[in-house]
Amino acid sequence: MYDGGKIIVGLIIFVGLVTFPILYNMGKPAAMPELKLNTPEIQQLQEKHCVESKEYMRANHMQLLNDWRDWAVRDGKRVYVNSEGKHFTISLQDTCMHCHSNKKEFCDRCHTYANVKPYCWSCHLAPKEKET
Amino acid sequence: MNALLSLVAVIVLILIAFIGIKVASLHFLFGVVIPYAAIATFLIGVIYRVVKWGRTPVPFRIPTTCGQQKSLPWIKQSKLDNPSSTSGVIGRMLLEVFLFRSLFSNTKFELKEGPKIAYGSTKWLWLGGLAFHWSFFVVLVRHVRLFTEPVPSFLHSIEVLDGFLQVGALGVLISGVVLLLAVTYLFLRRVFIPEVRYISLAADYFPLFLIMSVALSGILMRYFLRVDLVSIKELTMGLASFSVAVSLEKISVIFYIHLFLVSALFAYIPFSKIMHMGGVFLSPTRNLANNSRMERHINPWNYPVKVHTYEEYEDDFREIMKDAGIPVEKE
Ligand code: HEC
Ligand code: HEC
Ligand code: HEC
Repeated sequence: MYDGGKIIVGLIIFVGLVTFPILYNMGKPAAMPELKLNTPEIQQLQEKHCVESKEYMRANHMQLLNDWRDWAVRDGKRVYVNSEGKHFTISLQDTCMHCHSNKKEFCDRCHTYANVKPYCWSCHLAPKEKET
Repeated sequence: MNALLSLVAVIVLILIAFIGIKVASLHFLFGVVIPYAAIATFLIGVIYRVVKWGRTPVPFRIPTTCGQQKSLPWIKQSKLDNPSSTSGVIGRMLLEVFLFRSLFSNTKFELKEGPKIAYGSTKWLWLGGLAFHWSFFVVLVRHVRLFTEPVPSFLHSIEVLDGFLQVGALGVLISGVVLLLAVTYLFLRRVFIPEVRYISLAADYFPLFLIMSVALSGILMRYFLRVDLVSIKELTMGLASFSVAVSLEKISVIFYIHLFLVSALFAYIPFSKIMHMGGVFLSPTRNLANNSRMERHINPWNYPVKVHTYEEYEDDFREIMKDAGIPVEKE
């Protein structure tokens, strides 16, 4: 090969970059973190349901929160009727975080795994929790 | 026609993924087998092509004519366009790879009344190319969050910068939007500029459509159809550590379409013009210093020529030469 040394160094860098995830994880599959649903509020529920179905919440809770925000702040609509006809007060702090009062073991765990840090908590109050 | 053919090819790819998941339920094939096969094709193919290029002899230095070469001391050399040293070449390469300098010099000429020729610069291709490549790069880097645990913290900083508009919850990321706009511009340029349309082949349109469809499916997935990202990360982490354990049926079909298009793109790279990402480093007009006037370069394919020097000739015939009265150098 002509200029073989340089080309091989370039190729090694290329292969290193492409296989970076494999090298970084060293064969450890990181499963989704365990989410805690054992808050007192949830344990008191008769049927352990979220605002919407679990599958819907998982994929769409950010959209739901966005809609809630718009409805509450722009349209003054403060009651949400879910797909089963149940009523919820539209509030991040008093509805979501009332049931999910364990933000650190619920919202945050998932968000760390997905590498999102919602900026909501710079204004909204996070539930009081003991340090874990 | 070429464009239409490429568009149809991409639509067929989308349909394959859609039918494969919705009708045939081939989750494992589309979620695991095809991505692995695509990455293997990509890696091996790129290495094969680069090594093949590396084995091609490079003849003399190829001076590009866009700048004054090193000459007499009182003539100003254009050190970056026509470098004569290694550091100059490195400078030229960096500007080329990171800023596409050779596209910056793109000019357009017009015939004005008179008749006069006017040269003007057109920076649209350069700007579009820059926007396209850099946004593509940012999008690619952002995806690393799906393949690492714990996620390196700089990735979050990128996402904060990228999403600083804070539109909506799950904020709009600028890079994805710019990518889609830029690739659309690069496509429209091929369609609307007649000279460019004339030289455009299916192999030019197909990657554009493919990248467009990748960006579009990604944007659909993130902002409109919504997917279960946590399960997807379990799948991608499984892929990165060779042990997929997640139940693949949980993930919605738009993700498989996106993944299949990306797989197709990666597998296609070694066979396509996208190899210019390796080729730019091996371009003789970019990576060779113009020092032909200072150093002797020998063609690599020159075979050793058998020579018989005058000294050897004299050794052979010295006595005969002396007898004939011919002067010799050695007695
Ligand atoms: C009435 C109590 C209650 C309220 C109010 C509530 N949740 Fe839930 N949430 C639950 C329960 C119980 C589950 C578990 C559902 C299941 O396992 O089927 C859950 C599940 C979830 C999940 C899915 C977790 C997973 O395992 O995938 C998300 C995300 C979520 N909630 C977010 C929210 C958000 C955001 C709000 C406010 C809009 C909210 N919840 C309001 C009780 C509640
Ligand atoms: C700049 C400060 C600020 C930030 C950041 C912020 N909010 Fe709010 N939010 C407000 C204010 C002020 C209200 C109005 C409260 C009211 O009228 O009851 C509100 C109201 C809401 C409401 C409806 C009413 C209620 O009591 O909850 C929702 C839902 C909401 N925000 C969600 C979010 C989400 C989700 C985020 C993060 C993506 C967020 N907010 C970030 C200031 C903020
Ligand atoms: C099942 C895992 C999971 C749980 C539990 C969860 N989230 Fe999320 N959340 C996500 C994922 C994943 C994203 C981002 C998806 C992406 O980046 O594509 C997200 C995004 C968000 C966003 C938008 C972030 C942004 O940058 O705009 C908000 C707001 C949010 N979540 C609020 C909450 C709240 C409040 C809770 C707790 C009540 C919660 N989430 C619980 C997985 C989860």
